[in-house]
Amino acid sequence: MKRLLSSIVFFSVLLMAWHFLVLAKIWSPVLLPDPFSVWEYLKVAAMDGTLFDATLVTLRRLLTGYGIGILLGIPVGMLTARFRFMEDTVGVLALGLQTLPSVCWVPLALLWFGQTEGAMLFVVVMGSLWSIIISTDNGIRNVPPIFARAARTMGAKQFYTWTRVILPASAPFVVTGMKQGWAFAWRSLMAAEIFVTILTGFGLGQLLEYGRDLHAMDQVIGVMLAIVVIGLLVDKIIFSPIEHLLHRRWGTGRA
Amino acid sequence: MSVQDELKSVAPAKLLIDGVTKSFPTRSGTVLALDNISLQINEGDFVCLVGPSGCGKSTLLNIIAGLEHPDSGLTLMDGKPVTRPGRDRMVMFQEPALFPWLDVMGNVLFGLRLKPNLNNKERREVARFYLRLVGLEEFAHSNIHELSGGMKQRAALARSLAPNPRVLLMDEPFAALDALTREQLYGDIQRIWSERAKTIVFVTHNVREAACLGNRVVLFSPHPGRVREEFQIDLPHPRDINSVELASYASRITRALRGYVDAPETELGAE
Repeated sequence: MKRLLSSIVFFSVLLMAWHFLVLAKIWSPVLLPDPFSVWEYLKVAAMDGTLFDATLVTLRRLLTGYGIGILLGIPVGMLTARFRFMEDTVGVLALGLQTLPSVCWVPLALLWFGQTEGAMLFVVVMGSLWSIIISTDNGIRNVPPIFARAARTMGAKQFYTWTRVILPASAPFVVTGMKQGWAFAWRSLMAAEIFVTILTGFGLGQLLEYGRDLHAMDQVIGVMLAIVVIGLLVDKIIFSPIEHLLHRRWGTGRA
Repeated sequence: MSVQDELKSVAPAKLLIDGVTKSFPTRSGTVLALDNISLQINEGDFVCLVGPSGCGKSTLLNIIAGLEHPDSGLTLMDGKPVTRPGRDRMVMFQEPALFPWLDVMGNVLFGLRLKPNLNNKERREVARFYLRLVGLEEFAHSNIHELSGGMKQRAALARSLAPNPRVLLMDEPFAALDALTREQLYGDIQRIWSERAKTIVFVTHNVREAACLGNRVVLFSPHPGRVREEFQIDLPHPRDINSVELASYASRITRALRGYVDAPETELGAE
């Protein structure tokens, strides 16, 4: 309760500071709109459905791309942790490509796929896949070997040991990696939506870019806020409970 | 198979270790961990393998478990060669090696789930039986990190016992515990050994512990790992680690051990 209160107070002060900065008229209101006009935009956009539709389009792209990233990344990460050959080939590739900022994939995606959903998806997958591979690999390497030995003495075969021992044992690392992969996917999708204008769907990034085209600063800031709130919600609704569960089981963290 | 059949004491097994040799490559050359070890372990024996670190006693235990393979020689269990791990030989390690993503019950069930011919209800019943045997019944649904060191080893013991093995292999299972907890576990393991009739091979570097638990104490010396001497401990179980008779056995073994550990140097001196 006390923590909630401190959050509320902090953000109220922040909003008030913003409001007074606007009142001080240091910058033109075209560049720095009042929080109330941003709120007004958000209200209108929410009412007429623009915001909701754009969010839906964005989330659909994100979940598809991120889903592919996870479905490919976790098995590949297991393989690079298990086989020296995979480590020296795909592992090195993943390590290298992970350092590439995801927005760098946009020109290539545009040339390969044109102004299509495919380009969008490609950027999201490339943005999240490598970091998921690397953290899965890292998680599996951190599993104490004694777990696998203990399982073997109890009669567990290879496949059973991998699915029932090594994978759950690496869960804390893998979940951290999935969270990081989510953040990367989110960033790369926004980059893609800003640079790739397509007609098949109007996402949040496009709404943001559209705001720039119209010189509608209230829209730009409003959409940015919406993007922040979605990121926060995903963290609180999806990842926090999983992390909390892991902390409780493992006895780590503050939980 | 019914739970009653499952919980019946199985006949303990006889182990025959015949000319087992094992070496490991290290940075400074090959180390001969076990040099032509032969040892017969009878049905229901409680054998303690004692020796300083590096004498290969843990390696021998892993070979009996089937986790490692000897360079030459073989291990027979009731006449059949050991080639891989099996539920008839369960291992307890120095670390409890409990799975933190499962609760205590889940850990005990882990080995049982790999056992066919039982349904899940029966498996739970079997698991509860062993949790009761080690005194952890009330902690069935605790997380692993909530248990004390001694309770963790009890849970690990229950997990090893649950598949009803004929041989229990224990690798310094109590070494990391405090003295008081250890004494309680000495009592427990002796009680379980006599109730459940297992063949136990117990590795330790603690001579007193060996004398307290085993009916046989086998002495190893390092570089290369060899069996030096064997002691028969003819005291009735359960034994108290602090008893005077035990102390006299322990000091005899310690004296012998000292002789063997110093031996290479004396040999060098004689040359």
